Amino acid sequence: MKTTTDRRQFLTMLGTSLGIGVLYTAMPAAAATGAPTEFFNFLGEANGERPRPFSFVQLSDAHVGFNGPPDPLGTKAFERAVELINSLPQAPDLVLFTGDLTHDTEDKDVHAQRMKQFLEISKRMKVGKVKYVPGEHDAGLDGGALYREFMGESNYSFDHAGVHFIALDNVSRAKPEVGPEQLAWLKKDIARFPKTAPIVVFTHRPLFDLKPDWEWFTSDGDEVMNILAPYQNVTVLYGHIHREHDHTEGNIRHLASRSLIFAFPDPEQAQDKKPIAFDKEHPFRNLGGRLIKEDNGRASVSSIPMDEVQLSLREFHEINGVQQILKPLSY
Amino acid sequence: MKSLFKNFAPAHFALALITLFLTVSTPRDVRADEPVKTIDITAKRFEFSPNQITLKKGETVKLRLTTADVTHGLFQRAFKIDELIEPGKTNEVTITPQTVGTFTTICDHFCGVNHGAMKMTFVVTE
Repeated sequence: MKTTTDRRQFLTMLGTSLGIGVLYTAMPAAAATGAPTEFFNFLGEANGERPRPFSFVQLSDAHVGFNGPPDPLGTKAFERAVELINSLPQAPDLVLFTGDLTHDTEDKDVHAQRMKQFLEISKRMKVGKVKYVPGEHDAGLDGGALYREFMGESNYSFDHAGVHFIALDNVSRAKPEVGPEQLAWLKKDIARFPKTAPIVVFTHRPLFDLKPDWEWFTSDGDEVMNILAPYQNVTVLYGHIHREHDHTEGNIRHLASRSLIFAFPDPEQAQDKKPIAFDKEHPFRNLGGRLIKEDNGRASVSSIPMDEVQLSLREFHEINGVQQILKPLSY
Repeated sequence: MKSLFKNFAPAHFALALITLFLTVSTPRDVRADEPVKTIDITAKRFEFSPNQITLKKGETVKLRLTTADVTHGLFQRAFKIDELIEPGKTNEVTITPQTVGTFTTICDHFCGVNHGAMKMTFVVTE
């Protein structure tokens, strides 16, 4: 069956930054203009399930149990994100939480209490389902035993509305790695899908060498990428770096979400990995900060003062374009 | 003297000179019988001791790694160091840095609340 639609357009996603998380709408063009029936039928036949537009939220790095400096607000940003999600006009289908739900402690009882507190806040979200992966602060000290006790398996996959979601654990081995067993599992998991299948991988650490000196990498990330490389529609969502980042290699786009506790600086500008100082006058100042416009295929970037912005809307046109519409604080 | 050289063809002289030149022009080459410099590094939460080591470019050194408490890691992509440092064990890794510069090296085995700040530096000079 022939189709004139560029398959790379399929998993275009519209993302609304919540200031402290990202709302993605898969296939926004289809939502706005009606599904391109022929193309969606083609994908439905090829992949076993006809996709439909839906939205989901990525949240990351709540570090429940962490108390400042640099952020003395504790769980405030996390609770604010939950309120924002619950106030969305249309509830997202699911929320993906990309690790560091809690802050580590060697006292198992205290850590268990932090897990309980995290779940208590997380369960306030009025969404279809919430899926988690661990961060090193959840699972690095005990191989993920406590995490699994509270949250279930740390790597798994599921299908939703024609998209295959894969949760990868790159923290429980204490080192930044996925490990041979999980690589074998991943290979087997996606073998049943055709190369056109839309795939979202969510994990904690970046799967590429973003900044190894700051432990912003996964040592066997290349092997993960080699397994995913033949697939045409792959998006990787991750946390860990406490700032937004957008990186494309081959067919695969990697997007990082901000943290719910504090921000790290741009590694290209800062010498040391030290959190950006908390500003009590502008507690959410570091949660956002770029205006990107598509201009004849070339993105232009300009800085904006973040205390002027509470919500922003980021729209991805195909794979390359990004447009952000800003709403003022009083919105 | 003359008898010493009577069977020594010019080609032999050339070969001998080339061999001599190569020997003296690669001063950092390590011969099998030459002892390799050993540097002890001890890891403990959340620091390495020493926390800075200066090396010469091309100098081969053996790093002898131990931990004073829990399991740590030592990771530096440029030197291909990716080692575990486990309690009760001594781990050895040999490196020959080829690039001048300052190389931040981290513990990449999660070891506790300040793990993210556990690092040391190799300074490689000419």
